[in-house]
Amino acid sequence: MTNQAPEYSSNQSRKKFNLLDIFTRFREVGIIVFILILVVAVTLRAPSFLTINNLTDVLMNISILVIVAMAQTMVILTKGIDLSVSSMIGLVSMMVAFVLRANPDFPVVFSVLLGLGLGAILGLFNALVITLGNVPPIIATLGTLSIYRGMIFYYSQGTWINSFELPQSIKFLSKGRVLGLPNLIYIALLIAIIVYLFLRYTRLGRNIYAVGSNPDAAEFAGIRPQRIKFIVYLLSGIISGFAAVLWISRFESAQTNTALGFELQTVTAAVVGGVSTSGGVGTIPGVLLGALLLGIIQNALTLIRISPFWQLAAQGLLIIIAVISDKLLSRRIVRTK
Amino acid sequence: MKSTATTKKQSSTEINKQPPGRKILDIFKNWEFLLLLLIVAVVVVNAQLSPYFLNATNLSRTSSDFMEIGLMMLPMVFIIVTGNIDLSVASNLGMSASFMGLLHNMGVNIWLAALAGLLLGTLGGVLNGYLVAKVKLPSLVVTLGTYAFFRGLAYGFLGDQAARNYPSAFTFLGQGKVGDTLLPVSVAIFIGLAIIFSLVLHRTTFGRQLYAIGNNEEAAKYSGVPIDRIKFIIFVLSGFISAFAGLVLAARFGSTRPDNGTGLELSVITATVLGGVDINGGQGSMYGAILSLLLIGLLRFGMGLLNIQSQVQSTVIGLLLIVSIFLPHIGGQIANLKSTRFRWKTALAVVGVLLLFVAFFVFFFWSRTPVLEEIFG
Repeated sequence: MTNQAPEYSSNQSRKKFNLLDIFTRFREVGIIVFILILVVAVTLRAPSFLTINNLTDVLMNISILVIVAMAQTMVILTKGIDLSVSSMIGLVSMMVAFVLRANPDFPVVFSVLLGLGLGAILGLFNALVITLGNVPPIIATLGTLSIYRGMIFYYSQGTWINSFELPQSIKFLSKGRVLGLPNLIYIALLIAIIVYLFLRYTRLGRNIYAVGSNPDAAEFAGIRPQRIKFIVYLLSGIISGFAAVLWISRFESAQTNTALGFELQTVTAAVVGGVSTSGGVGTIPGVLLGALLLGIIQNALTLIRISPFWQLAAQGLLIIIAVISDKLLSRRIVRTK
Repeated sequence: MKSTATTKKQSSTEINKQPPGRKILDIFKNWEFLLLLLIVAVVVVNAQLSPYFLNATNLSRTSSDFMEIGLMMLPMVFIIVTGNIDLSVASNLGMSASFMGLLHNMGVNIWLAALAGLLLGTLGGVLNGYLVAKVKLPSLVVTLGTYAFFRGLAYGFLGDQAARNYPSAFTFLGQGKVGDTLLPVSVAIFIGLAIIFSLVLHRTTFGRQLYAIGNNEEAAKYSGVPIDRIKFIIFVLSGFISAFAGLVLAARFGSTRPDNGTGLELSVITATVLGGVDINGGQGSMYGAILSLLLIGLLRFGMGLLNIQSQVQSTVIGLLLIVSIFLPHIGGQIANLKSTRFRWKTALAVVGVLLLFVAFFVFFFWSRTPVLEEIFG
């Protein structure tokens, strides 16, 4: 949408050391400070917050969010948005769960591959519509958000797959423990590291940033923006497909409203983590912290006995505060430079 | 690259260079005419499929089902014409209606409660408008935040409760008819507002200024268009109308729940964009938007008569939204292909993609049945 270019003031002398400077340069510092304040405040009210069990719960609860937020981050970096992730997760998890119910001996590796494949096809459709059809990403994925969600209803005819209908092996995928921590946390961390390295050290990863910060310049530099966008939406589908299998494994069910509204959480994690919706700006550690902040807030609200009905409001407020503080800080920094 | 606008412009200019005979594609330029054709097609097909389709009582009853979408669409056209977007309309509707319901449950007079709901919704619009116009944040992010915030407040107000037992004087707003005619009150209000909004958009300086902002904000700024004030006004207007739509919905249902209107923003944006309003701003008309609302309404009504689940109906509407932008572009591209040389690479890619989608749907329909057991046994 509208994107103001920063107004550079005349060349004032640059300050040597500025606390504000650190806050803006390293978005992560700001979130860490915020998280620390929150942790201290919550622990004072509810000492059970700082226990290994509870912290494991927090990490477990944000693991799938982290994985999908990685995909969302890559998409937002190209100045796009993928609102259909939640419906892709819902549809793929329903289809995989149906296969698992019919074939209890279906190997876990195959269900993961099946999830990846189905997700890839759904992502491919998004990618084709956005790049070939030149449909703005927000419109295209708003459309597929309801298309895929409707397909879940058509596919399942409104029925659910319950825990007892699923084989043990798939549940073990996320619940099995290594060194005392559930597998799911390691999987999320692994994906985050892969995406981090991919964005930082590969040519394709750098091209994603280039396309997002200036598509015209990127094109002159020999990058094909449409191709990068295509890849990003395809990846988003594949990662969502993977997340769908983990979702079945974690929640041991597939419902018609699986992951409903989840797209908002992924966007929140990315935006709070410092990814700019105008593209080209954002880091993976920031997004990890953004997701952690979301997880801690959700957990804390429950611990200090605030009705879960207010959680959504808190989440919305968080997005608003994050973008306002971003804007105000960047304005200040431009002025003090 | 702007989507539809540029596409249409491109195809039209390039078509003009071509020898005559390609003129048939010019029909894509007149979006309203195309919509009218589609509406006629939908009416004819539906009338064939169900004897209950062309029934005045049914049509009158179903028309009031779309008035919340229609009401919220009016300011949405303004907002999208300026190149902005408001994702928070449906949440604002839920918030205002829930606040009114909460006050009603506490025993406050219904009209006072309704007024408070309207006020809160307008305040929500003020928040959006302030953040977009004064703090200069992108409207997509702002309204994504308030989309969650307003809906969260709605849940906060009512929780798992519902407000009901509204007096009949109030429910008249959503269920009543004008005099002895079949025209529902809400539809009459919508028609009145639609005329006002059309006149404002197409016949006033304010309306022209909206297009100016959407076409080129910088240029509009230097021509003396008060950009900030206009943006603020349209977001406040959107908040007010959304709150009003919330009252209409509550009156029609005779009750309020905090999840009222969840997902309606999609229908509102679909109706607007399908009506030919360019999502990047600067193009579109109110007539097109109203026609597309009519199209969506008739389509949903027809599908409802055929016993199609409402979620599956959303699939069709979503497809319609994408196809309405996708097809003209692809059509233009094919018409403008410089060479008709057969390209193996492209052909292979097309066949490959098609095969993938076919495989997906084969799996989609067969994986529900035990066929797979034989394969993977």
